[in-house]
Amino acid sequence: MSGDNRFLGLLYLSPFVIGLLVFTALPFIASLYLSFTNYNLMNEPVFTGLQNYIRLFTGDRTFRKSLWVTLVYVFTTVPLKLAFALFMAVILNYKLKFINVFRTAYYVPSILGGSIAIAVLWRYIFADVGLVNMGLTTLGFEPVNWFGDPTNALFTITLLRLWQFGSAMVIFLAALQSIDKTLYEAASIDGAGKWTSFVYITLPLITPVIFFNLIMQMVQAFQEFNGPYIITQGGPLKSTYLLPIYIYDEAFKRFDMGYASAIAWVLFLIIMALTLIAFWSSRHWVYYAGDKRS
Amino acid sequence: MTDHILSQNSPAAHDIDIARSRETRRHRLNAVLRYALLTAVGLLMLYPLIWLIGASFKTNSEIFSNPGFWPENPTLDGYIKGWKTSTPYSFGTFFLNTLWIVIPKVIGTAISCTAVAYGFARFDFPGKKILFAALIATLLLPNVVTRIPQYLIFRDLGWLDSYLPLWVPSALAGDAFFVFMLVQFLRAIPRDMEEAARVDGATTWQTLIFIVVPLLMPALISVCLFQFMWTMNDFLGPLIYISSVDKYPISLALKLSIDTTEAFEWNRVLAMSVLSLAPALAVFFLAQKYFIDGISSGGIKG
Repeated sequence: MSGDNRFLGLLYLSPFVIGLLVFTALPFIASLYLSFTNYNLMNEPVFTGLQNYIRLFTGDRTFRKSLWVTLVYVFTTVPLKLAFALFMAVILNYKLKFINVFRTAYYVPSILGGSIAIAVLWRYIFADVGLVNMGLTTLGFEPVNWFGDPTNALFTITLLRLWQFGSAMVIFLAALQSIDKTLYEAASIDGAGKWTSFVYITLPLITPVIFFNLIMQMVQAFQEFNGPYIITQGGPLKSTYLLPIYIYDEAFKRFDMGYASAIAWVLFLIIMALTLIAFWSSRHWVYYAGDKRS
Repeated sequence: MTDHILSQNSPAAHDIDIARSRETRRHRLNAVLRYALLTAVGLLMLYPLIWLIGASFKTNSEIFSNPGFWPENPTLDGYIKGWKTSTPYSFGTFFLNTLWIVIPKVIGTAISCTAVAYGFARFDFPGKKILFAALIATLLLPNVVTRIPQYLIFRDLGWLDSYLPLWVPSALAGDAFFVFMLVQFLRAIPRDMEEAARVDGATTWQTLIFIVVPLLMPALISVCLFQFMWTMNDFLGPLIYISSVDKYPISLALKLSIDTTEAFEWNRVLAMSVLSLAPALAVFFLAQKYFIDGISSGGIKG
């Protein structure tokens, strides 16, 4: 293809380049600028320097609460989800009949889980007299006040996301199945038990996938919106008022676009910082074989 | 060493037999435990969905008193009243609106992502490295940071309360995940056939349509299916951009129905939830291979 115009490739890329400039790059810069302004859609944006950020970190108790709730949510949901997904993938990675049936069954919630219908379902099954409490009462336990108690309310959102472990599990399973079986045979000849093989063979070989899942799930968890918005509306006592809901309320209910942009930038910088820490630390714990497929 | 091997015949062979049968017994027990755990988790996972289907046929008083699947007094009440909704429009309108959002968006995604992936995978041009880095950066960029200015841009274009803000970014290959997935797939396809076609005088455009697209089909189907699912489930996009009830997709209509009827008419809300999940479930079961392949090869979020 040497006779081609050397800009021909760019022609194919043109939709992406236009989209990148108009819908990603421009908004990205604009939102940084807006975060230093006071803008309520009625007047032109007024530059106010660091005022939004000062208000965020000194005067805004809702922000502090929302930030804390978001961090608690991410740091409980992501590790629990990854651990459970890995555990189920290890159980499934065995010469079992019906493995595809199980894999499909576990994957269904991931397909549907983001929908409003499932959030609605969650409201019903965790209601005071909902399915979960009916089950608990039948088994002789006390019913739990899921949505009335601040600690429990956040946990119902976590459970909704744990329920969707399927997509992470499918990725783990694909990685587990690509591990060379002779490694385990060699280890067992050397007297290694199941647990030892898991810790010293399986885990190191799937660290790239753990890393991938970690980043993806974390970025996603920080942007959780549908679950708490529908199920708990941020309550009770703002115990499920995650930052994306706060940003939405400031921007599209109170039309305080400047302040909302400042919150969005704080959230963005937290996600970036944690992503960079993950990338930086990955040198020490992620093991890349020369070519894991060969 | 040799002594050790020769001695296998006699008494030691017996020991090995015992060890072997112990091993198979352990394997069987292991398998039974695995099946038991997998089935228990599977039932626990799927029971809420099964209960939802049963509950949508229950009377309002039974929903919060019967944890079982079977309705005691089955009724279509929830479906009939729910379909009418509390608005002047029926749920059918909201279904059609959803399709009218989803179908152009999927088509736009498929066409633009294919062209862009082809450009990245098969051509060299100035700035390619920077653009590919930008693609990866978009992949990791949280939407939350660009959402507000995007809204302002669409407002200035006069696109609010239309489907254009939902269609256009996707038609410009805005979903970097799909581009990335297709690039990875294309890189693994040998170029022989394309080069042969070029030697025979085909243009790059013809090569793309007649050779690359057919080879790319499995990955392209995965892309379309994921975009279909995500758009069906999308709530925040329509919530921000669509304000007239007659343009609502099902996600907004469901939210409206909880706000207006949930206090007393539970079975309506549940019945409409079942209907709104039905297309996604049907598509998933018809094409699950593509979902599993897509997610395990391309590494798609979920």
